[in-house]
Amino acid sequence: MNERFELNKNLAQMLKGGVIMDVTTPEQAKIAEEAGACAVMALERIPADIRAAGGVSRMSDPKMIKGIQQAVSIPVMAKCRIGHIAEAQILQAIDIDYIDESEVLSPADDVYHIDKTKFAVPFVCGARDLGEALRRISEGASMIRTKGEPGTGDVVQAVRHMRRMMSEIAKVAAMREDELYEEAKALCVPYDLIRSVHDNGKLPVVNFAAGGIATPADAALMMQLGAEGVFVGSGIFKSGDPAKRARAIVQAVTNYDDPKLLAELSEGLGEAMVGINEQEIKLLMAERGK
Amino acid sequence: MKIGVLALQGAFAEHAKTLSELGAEIVEIRRKTQFTDALDGLVLPGGESTVQGKLLREEGLFAPVKQAIGAGMPVFGTCAGMILLAKRIEESETVHLGTMDIAVRRNAYGRQLASFRTRLLVEGVGEYPAVFIRAPYATELLSSAARPLAVHEGKIVAVRQANMLAAAFHPELTSDPRIHAYFLDML
Repeated sequence: MNERFELNKNLAQMLKGGVIMDVTTPEQAKIAEEAGACAVMALERIPADIRAAGGVSRMSDPKMIKGIQQAVSIPVMAKCRIGHIAEAQILQAIDIDYIDESEVLSPADDVYHIDKTKFAVPFVCGARDLGEALRRISEGASMIRTKGEPGTGDVVQAVRHMRRMMSEIAKVAAMREDELYEEAKALCVPYDLIRSVHDNGKLPVVNFAAGGIATPADAALMMQLGAEGVFVGSGIFKSGDPAKRARAIVQAVTNYDDPKLLAELSEGLGEAMVGINEQEIKLLMAERGK
Repeated sequence: MKIGVLALQGAFAEHAKTLSELGAEIVEIRRKTQFTDALDGLVLPGGESTVQGKLLREEGLFAPVKQAIGAGMPVFGTCAGMILLAKRIEESETVHLGTMDIAVRRNAYGRQLASFRTRLLVEGVGEYPAVFIRAPYATELLSSAARPLAVHEGKIVAVRQANMLAAAFHPELTSDPRIHAYFLDML
């Protein structure tokens, strides 16, 4: 792959062990940065509100994103719709640090994802399993996250996606070399990427957890299942005390293997986001873009 | 050789891999109790300096790490690590460990689209493939004890001061171990 792709993978490596927080205003961005976010995702509405509002959900106003870029010194990400090449070009034009080609927004193309190799700016994409992850990487994504089910405060889908991905990676790593070609066919992915997973026992890019993470314990759970960091969307600014919860989740990601500390971090955080159970969800965003 | 790698956030695993390939024993440092006298050196990895600086304080590591560096423990900071070591950060009131006589500018080259790779002449190492990711550079050396080891387009991007080594770029992201070897020679 080319030099730009390597540099973009490298930025994701710098985010590891960190928490990327959804923010909708410069004030929230500052709260997130002070709480220890390693990056922020600038968007007009957090997923829980997108879900509640319904309708078509699009890229945020560039002016709003610029306001957040000016407010903080950490990397700023923003979302474009799946397959919306022009939205991605606009985000690149305003010097965004990472684009999330995201199923949280309404898909613009129901067949094709963006050819991300045509961009200098890095992309992160959602995936529910190894096949999706490798298809996105072959399109040029330099970072992967689980899809989870955004805006629900229910971690079950993120857990399902991370477990599936990890067990599929372990399976590929354990295969005989002469089985890899067949596996590449089965997953509809390039042979070279399957080969890389087989040789290294991991994805060729950084893999975060996202979708439904609402508590320090949720974040620690995802890290224990193999995530290299977490995205927290609605979980922070839909809760009673965002700054305190944000700080606690940041510390929980670093100390995911220390239950005693996690117990302290979980104390007195105020009200968590109410959330929606899996069975109550009307719109499954994770089904968008495969 | 026992090297502590600060593992609060960022690319600590990459440092650990390179150093262990060079024969060092690695201890990941996340809390106070892991930072002991048994360490021969400390690495401050790349990542976000705002996050690492905050967690250093919250985990109670700030005072013992600062003290150990002051007492002569060899330390190697890359990118965010360089910012943690700097005595002054441009356009900011914040100082983290502040043990090194350098002033730095964060995100000095700009955002991710300005990240780059180049070949750099590093004193004591030679020509080296350097990766700069939203990198800082040193704007000023604040005493003659701090010596520039590498300059890129007029900006100081690697500095040595007694037991301290700082790079604005990421030797942990390349397969070339010579700068890590240089650090181990400082032990």
